[in-house]
Amino acid sequence: MTSQEIHEKIKLQFPAAVLESKTEGVVDPFIKIAPEYVADVASFIRDNEELGFDFLMCLSGIDYGKGTLGVIYNIFSMKHRHKLNLKVEVPKDKAEVPSVSLIWNTANWHEREAYDLMGIIFIGHPDPRRILMPYDWEGHPLRKDYKTPEFYQGMKVPY
Amino acid sequence: MAEISEEIIKTSTGTTLRHEEMVINMGPQHPSTHGVLRLEVVVDGEIVIDVIPHIGYLHRCFEKHAESMTNYQQVVPYVDRMDYCAAMNMDFGYVLAVEKLLGIQVPERVEYIRVIMAELQRIASHLIAAGTYGLDIGAFTPFLYMFRERERILDLFEMTCGARLLYNYMWVGGVSHDLPPGFIDKAKDFCQYFRPKIKEYNDLLSYNEIFIKRTANVGILPKDVAISYGISGPVLRGSGVNFDLRRDDPYSIYHKFDWQPEIGKGEVGTVGDCWDRYMVRMREMEQSINIVEQALNQIPEGNIASAIPKRIRPNPGDVYVRTESARGELGFYVISDGSGKPYRIKARSPSFVNLSVIPEISRGGMIADLVAIAGSLDIVLGEVDR
Repeated sequence: MTSQEIHEKIKLQFPAAVLESKTEGVVDPFIKIAPEYVADVASFIRDNEELGFDFLMCLSGIDYGKGTLGVIYNIFSMKHRHKLNLKVEVPKDKAEVPSVSLIWNTANWHEREAYDLMGIIFIGHPDPRRILMPYDWEGHPLRKDYKTPEFYQGMKVPY
Repeated sequence: MAEISEEIIKTSTGTTLRHEEMVINMGPQHPSTHGVLRLEVVVDGEIVIDVIPHIGYLHRCFEKHAESMTNYQQVVPYVDRMDYCAAMNMDFGYVLAVEKLLGIQVPERVEYIRVIMAELQRIASHLIAAGTYGLDIGAFTPFLYMFRERERILDLFEMTCGARLLYNYMWVGGVSHDLPPGFIDKAKDFCQYFRPKIKEYNDLLSYNEIFIKRTANVGILPKDVAISYGISGPVLRGSGVNFDLRRDDPYSIYHKFDWQPEIGKGEVGTVGDCWDRYMVRMREMEQSINIVEQALNQIPEGNIASAIPKRIRPNPGDVYVRTESARGELGFYVISDGSGKPYRIKARSPSFVNLSVIPEISRGGMIADLVAIAGSLDIVLGEVDR
């Protein structure tokens, strides 16, 4: 299926969810959906016979720098060999996105990483701990407004 | 929890022994975790009940570093240091992502040089993987043999770019140095020399009775679990999934060569066990040699860099590019805001994802099997933690 067809199919199923869909004029086509629909859309595109998106390649958190954070899902179908880039954008003060780690197991660690480094909270995540930074670290380093703490457990941080 | 009958925990005098689960730490400093990985293992005697991996001991936040660089080119040395056993493959993925964002083509000679380097690096990396895997299991000799051969590959890299481990060789739009005089002959010699060695390894290690006993039917990873966990590379192919990005999502010039991906067939055990994963790597080396030989014969003359401005400014946009590194799908998600430095770079490292399956496949096995399983996943902690 082409990206156009995939986007149309998602639009047809979730008319209220799709905010933006772009297939031309960009390097990678993408579809942007409202954050509250993420889990529904994810389970639909995985289980739908024609879409069959069973392989989550990558999940990244982004700080758009204008008061919003984003999550990008790069998804692939092993069966049909087509791709989909799914984007959501959430406000920084209420950065909550439904978790997809029960739909694709691989999302478990990716979401932990996005929480750890970007501070996005994934609702319904089975194990929402930090993964790369120490468990008692304060702040989320990849945010654009992140300030390195002076001390961590009595040790000077900036070198 | 494993069933333990009342008979076993009664002493000869009839009193009942106390029996409970225990938590032991494997790592962070442990030879068989291949770096600084801590596995928190819940055991009942010798049986593994659960494994909780703790990572982040090597975390340098590569992604934050990349954002504070002044130039896309400056990120390459950092990318090198992600997977220090296969630095060429890492460079390859990153420069392809930036080039796609820029929308440029590199000269054909560069494509050939990159493929030759990437495949030699894959062999070197698989030699480490198989050698240290033997070491984990208790076979010391193959390790020495494999490092002897790896040395010759490193010599080839050294004569090309001066470095033996972290090369900074592939640049956006080209490579740093052209192939030196005599490289092609030396590389062809290596291919001839290396082919019979694979058989030697197989005699020495792969079909060794003890090795098979330790790895067959251990840590079985079924197809559907592998896909759901996003597993890629030799681990995925070991589970019998015929999927290789070099063929199925082709990049660079891999479509020009005659080769095929190797998959696990469960010859000595079940499909997807540790032996299959190991054997896929051994067979892949032969395929890589095929690719290198073809590329050496076909390589054209030409430029080694395309004409791009010194300061690269891609148009605003984002791109996800994935390549087949020695360990699996290496993806770079790059966002440009139109300025000279990257706005955000996310690296999807294959080891990070492959490691996440370890609790799933080690439950119910023995502690000794956990060593075999961790080794068969072939993780590099520099890349897990980034």
